[in-house]
Amino acid sequence: MSAQTLYDKLWNSHVVRQDADGTALIYIDRQLVHEVTSPQAFEGLRLAKRRPWRIASMLAVPDHNVPTINRAAGISDPVSRIQVETLDANCAEFGITEFKMGDIRQGVVHVMGPEQGATLPGMTVVCGDSHTSTHGAFGALAHGIGTSEVEHVMATQCLVAKKSKAMEVRVEGQLGYGVTAKDIALTVIGKMGTAGGTGYAIEFTGSTVRALSMEGRMTLCNMAIEAGARAGMIAADEVTFAYLEGRPFAPQGVMWEQAVSQWRHLHSDEGAVFDASLVLDAAEIHPQVTWGTSPEMVVSIEGCVPNPLDLSGEKREGAERALVYMGLTAGTPITKINIDKVFIGSCTNGRIEDMRAAAMVARGKKVAANVKLALVVPGSGLVKLQAEQEGLDQIFIQAGFEWRDPGCSMCLAMNDDKLAAGERCASTSNRNFEGRQGQGGRTHLVSPEMAAAAAIAGHFVDVSKQ
Amino acid sequence: MEKFSKINGLVAPLDRANVDTDAIIPKQFLKSIKRAGFGPNAFDEWRYLDHGEPGMDNSKREINPDFVLNQSRYQGSQVLLTRENFGCGSSREHAPWALADYGFRVIIAPSFADIFFNNCFKNGLLPIRLDADTVEILFKAEAANAGFKLDIDLEAQTITAPDGTVYSFDVDPFRKHCLLNGLDDIGLTLQHMDEISAFEAKHRAAQPWL
Repeated sequence: MSAQTLYDKLWNSHVVRQDADGTALIYIDRQLVHEVTSPQAFEGLRLAKRRPWRIASMLAVPDHNVPTINRAAGISDPVSRIQVETLDANCAEFGITEFKMGDIRQGVVHVMGPEQGATLPGMTVVCGDSHTSTHGAFGALAHGIGTSEVEHVMATQCLVAKKSKAMEVRVEGQLGYGVTAKDIALTVIGKMGTAGGTGYAIEFTGSTVRALSMEGRMTLCNMAIEAGARAGMIAADEVTFAYLEGRPFAPQGVMWEQAVSQWRHLHSDEGAVFDASLVLDAAEIHPQVTWGTSPEMVVSIEGCVPNPLDLSGEKREGAERALVYMGLTAGTPITKINIDKVFIGSCTNGRIEDMRAAAMVARGKKVAANVKLALVVPGSGLVKLQAEQEGLDQIFIQAGFEWRDPGCSMCLAMNDDKLAAGERCASTSNRNFEGRQGQGGRTHLVSPEMAAAAAIAGHFVDVSKQ
Repeated sequence: MEKFSKINGLVAPLDRANVDTDAIIPKQFLKSIKRAGFGPNAFDEWRYLDHGEPGMDNSKREINPDFVLNQSRYQGSQVLLTRENFGCGSSREHAPWALADYGFRVIIAPSFADIFFNNCFKNGLLPIRLDADTVEILFKAEAANAGFKLDIDLEAQTITAPDGTVYSFDVDPFRKHCLLNGLDDIGLTLQHMDEISAFEAKHRAAQPWL
């Protein structure tokens, strides 16, 4: 048999049937469910008098709407409360395992799943959320789907799909001090553009990627969707196995050994051919800061806000519009941009390693006077607990950060955590779209280290020079 | 699902690239547990001057006269003409729900984000990819002719402009079949129930931890 990519292996092992035109039914091993994109799917099942095909494949958690403060009082926004209660009722009705708001295991769905060992190598994983690409970090085929597809997977355990093209993004060498997986992701998006990966599944390879922790790998795969690729993935290896061993949903004992021996084959074969490739030198990656309203509008911390006149056509119009929205002037050094708020958290950067990295920067310092709010929102109850056991919460609190309960929070501002119009935020989340963090809010995407350093300085600073 | 065969639709131009699904339907409207009623909040932050929240009476809100869809010549438009990477970002199906509820049946762009593109077909909305030069020709033709309509025929896979120019487009045969007949994917997939069960048995025997 000819050399296969990791994507080939994952795809081929899940094809139930395939038509001559390439339309296939793909078997889904795991469906993660949250409150925003599932109510209409459950309603569809009920109307058609259908039952979920395999209840054990589903795992649910409320995350987008949940408050990060005063949880004991419940959800004050009645519309948000109904949505979370609807998830609770649907899970109870169909017998689906759910980690409810009061559960220590509750958290952002893409933090919770891997943390529970519910995402395993070789699986197909779907969720009604575009950042499902995160789970590809485990050598899984994982991508976001719409609500009609959520219902389809519930009812049939399959997805109608066509195979994407495969792209390799290879990063070689050692990352510099203060440079993270987030900076790799933003650099890739800056080079490829937000549509560069459309129609592709991206596999991240190379020595730099191999050297990343699982947390870093998840950050990288999480952002694949911001490059337009529905799926990002990384071959399973010892780092993957070490992370998963002993987690609640992971196989145990003899079955663990059996699983690992199969998982060792989950990598692209020597000589496998990709449809496209991009190669990066880790030494050339610097801490990144977005300046505009699309993740591709990104520069190094050493750079300046670009001049739209240096661009042509639609890129120029887009940049001009973005600068107006962002309230920025071309040529301004990034380090001269003052911020009003800081958000550390999300499915991109809400894991324990992110908490540690931000805390290292904040230790013994104080949030700058011009920063009105610096939020740290752990990705799950278990991340929060571990951080507290390590004393990270005290470091943040003493520095003037707020230490909150887990959820999506200000990544998309469906709860009370949001920017007011004109407020500028250093955010570890994944999207800097207009209005994403609150109508009129201005988002700059950065790593946790860069966000913490900006909170302390009151403006962006180069953490690689500290 | 509503069937789609052919329309003669008024074209509205949205001349910007990378229109994301947060812009198409802002997050506060995602709290609804229903599929219907998102149309009045499509492009909410561009369309109105105030901040929209669920439950507001949208007819009483101040509209943004500068936003293209608010111009009188585009009222009743069914075809949205736009630029690269339309529908990028969040997977929210509320975006096609909002566009369909607004009244659009077709979106023409040089490229679409993958998840959004998929979601359209599940909701009787036809996304058409045309090359960037053709899209530019259509933008110019629309700008020069008030009341610019296009004949869009899914069966024939053609778009006919008022001057008689015919542009053909590609569409996946399976999706075309479903859209023409208003077919529900789930019912079609369940015709293969035995194959799915057989696959599942083998798959789980090989990987008993699943």
